[in-house]
Amino acid sequence: MTDSATRLEVLAAARERIALFLTLLMILLYFGFIGLVAFARPVLARRVVPGLSLGILLGALVIVASWLLTWVYVRWTSEHYDGEIERLREAA
Amino acid sequence: MIVQETAIGQPNPVAEMFFFGFIAVTLGITWWAAQRTRTTEHFYAAGRSVTAGQNGLALAGDYMSAASFLGIAGLVSTTGFDGLIYSTGWLVGWPVVLFLIAEPLRNLGRYTFADVLAARLRPAPVRVAAAAGTLATVTLYLIAQMVGAGGLITLMFGLSYETAIVVVGAAMIAYVLFGGMLATTWVQIVKAVLLLGGAALLALMVLWRFDLNPARLFAAAAERYGDGVLAPGKLVANPLDALSLGMALMFGTAGLPHILMRFYTVPDARAARQSVFYATGLIGLFYLMTFVLGFGAMVLVGPDVIRAVDKGGNMAAPLLAELLGGRPFLGFIAAVAFATILAVVAGLTLSGAAALSHDLWVNVVRHGRAAEGEELKVARVATLGLGLLAVLLGIAFKGQNVAFMVSLAFAIAASGNFPALLLCIFWRGCTTAGAVASMVVGTVGTLTLIALSPTVQIDILQRSEAWFPLKNPALVTFPASFAAGILVSLLTANADLRAGYRRWERRMHLGVVEETHGHERGS
Repeated sequence: MTDSATRLEVLAAARERIALFLTLLMILLYFGFIGLVAFARPVLARRVVPGLSLGILLGALVIVASWLLTWVYVRWTSEHYDGEIERLREAA
Repeated sequence: MIVQETAIGQPNPVAEMFFFGFIAVTLGITWWAAQRTRTTEHFYAAGRSVTAGQNGLALAGDYMSAASFLGIAGLVSTTGFDGLIYSTGWLVGWPVVLFLIAEPLRNLGRYTFADVLAARLRPAPVRVAAAAGTLATVTLYLIAQMVGAGGLITLMFGLSYETAIVVVGAAMIAYVLFGGMLATTWVQIVKAVLLLGGAALLALMVLWRFDLNPARLFAAAAERYGDGVLAPGKLVANPLDALSLGMALMFGTAGLPHILMRFYTVPDARAARQSVFYATGLIGLFYLMTFVLGFGAMVLVGPDVIRAVDKGGNMAAPLLAELLGGRPFLGFIAAVAFATILAVVAGLTLSGAAALSHDLWVNVVRHGRAAEGEELKVARVATLGLGLLAVLLGIAFKGQNVAFMVSLAFAIAASGNFPALLLCIFWRGCTTAGAVASMVVGTVGTLTLIALSPTVQIDILQRSEAWFPLKNPALVTFPASFAAGILVSLLTANADLRAGYRRWERRMHLGVVEETHGHERGS
């Protein structure tokens, strides 16, 4: 196996690992929220501050978490992935 | 009951002005795009010339339908918290699209998601199955949008239902037929800017009355309509229903053909990734604003008034706009809602036309040996046919409650399209028979179970009970589709396919290397 093929494999495996990890995190966060909606309604009715129930807060946080996870991924790929892929493509 | 004086349903000069302005601008864009649409690559993929930022806006435009703008605002204003399940559910699929789908799709395909399957597996069977899934998703989504459009325009402008449907159909056909993907992209961008701007303005005007503090708004809602409005209520009485709906919304997003098609409009995988990042930001912002719009309409307009105008609650946002900004602002929001529908149906029609011409005609009927001009011609005929079909179905389903069709379209996308795509991209052992089994089980299973569900059996056919207990079948069909794909692949295991996987992986990460020199032709 050539050196560049090995480097590509290592790089691709790293990207797949982080993509899979972030996907699982997103699934856990969202289905955690839906699980609470389905099975723990009184918990979500609790107030955090007057007017703001835990349910509304967590709903908004799911959206904010989606932003953060996509940001982490884009940040990681631009720092550790794109440059190396570009070099490998030129070598191909 | 207090009835708010409303101009909804009366001719509104401001609405007409914005509406004709939007039509004029978008037809101008179409004329401009038509000069630049000469090849299939232009027609399906805007010549791959769309930037990441533009595509981010266009993805948002394609995705944020009137159902989410008017529907969620209406649902929140009449039920409170329950509507927010949709607000979050409609966003959480986007990170999944980013992490798993966008980049491989761009590197492995050309125009449709079936290209990805056909590049690795036997082309004819997977293209037929993928086209069936695409057309099922697109048709259901189109019916929901057309019927919604007809009702909405009748309610807001006082036009007859049939006239409204014909106007929407004509404009949508004009965009796609002449301007292809380039015109469709810019219609999406204009619409996204209008919708985000309109919703932001409306949300700010609401918050202004509550010292810019959303908690005050929610507190006012709880004070007037009980603490129940801030917690889950009867919409999710059955926990399994909530899980099933969540599954359809999350994974359906990653299987919507008109969304997937947009990744081919950008120059490379990096731009595809960047565009999903922008789209997630914009769409998330929009759904956060629906929290404020919904509760704002509940407190300021009131659920009774909203239901008195339209029992589905769809007029919550327009009523709120009228209350806060008078008839001119109502006119603006009405025109924005109209633009929203037009843009979504244009994107749907284009992806349906691509499935018919690129997948079925050129690559199955003609075995990939059709000339460029022929493919373009067939794509245009398909556009016209689908556009007319949408108009006819829109009229045929007049007065029916079709809201469930959107979540059904998501269930098919989640069960019929997404699992096969994921298995084909990431699993070495996936075979042609496996992918086809996954798509058939997902699509046919979803259609069958929805026909047996309470939504159809009890709500529409007025039977006393339904054979299948869930309103949304994704909880069953999504895992079943994966199971079918894996099981059949294992039974038909094929050493050649496994051996080819290394080359496939290389292309998934690097793209078609020749393409960067500009002469990739034929697949």
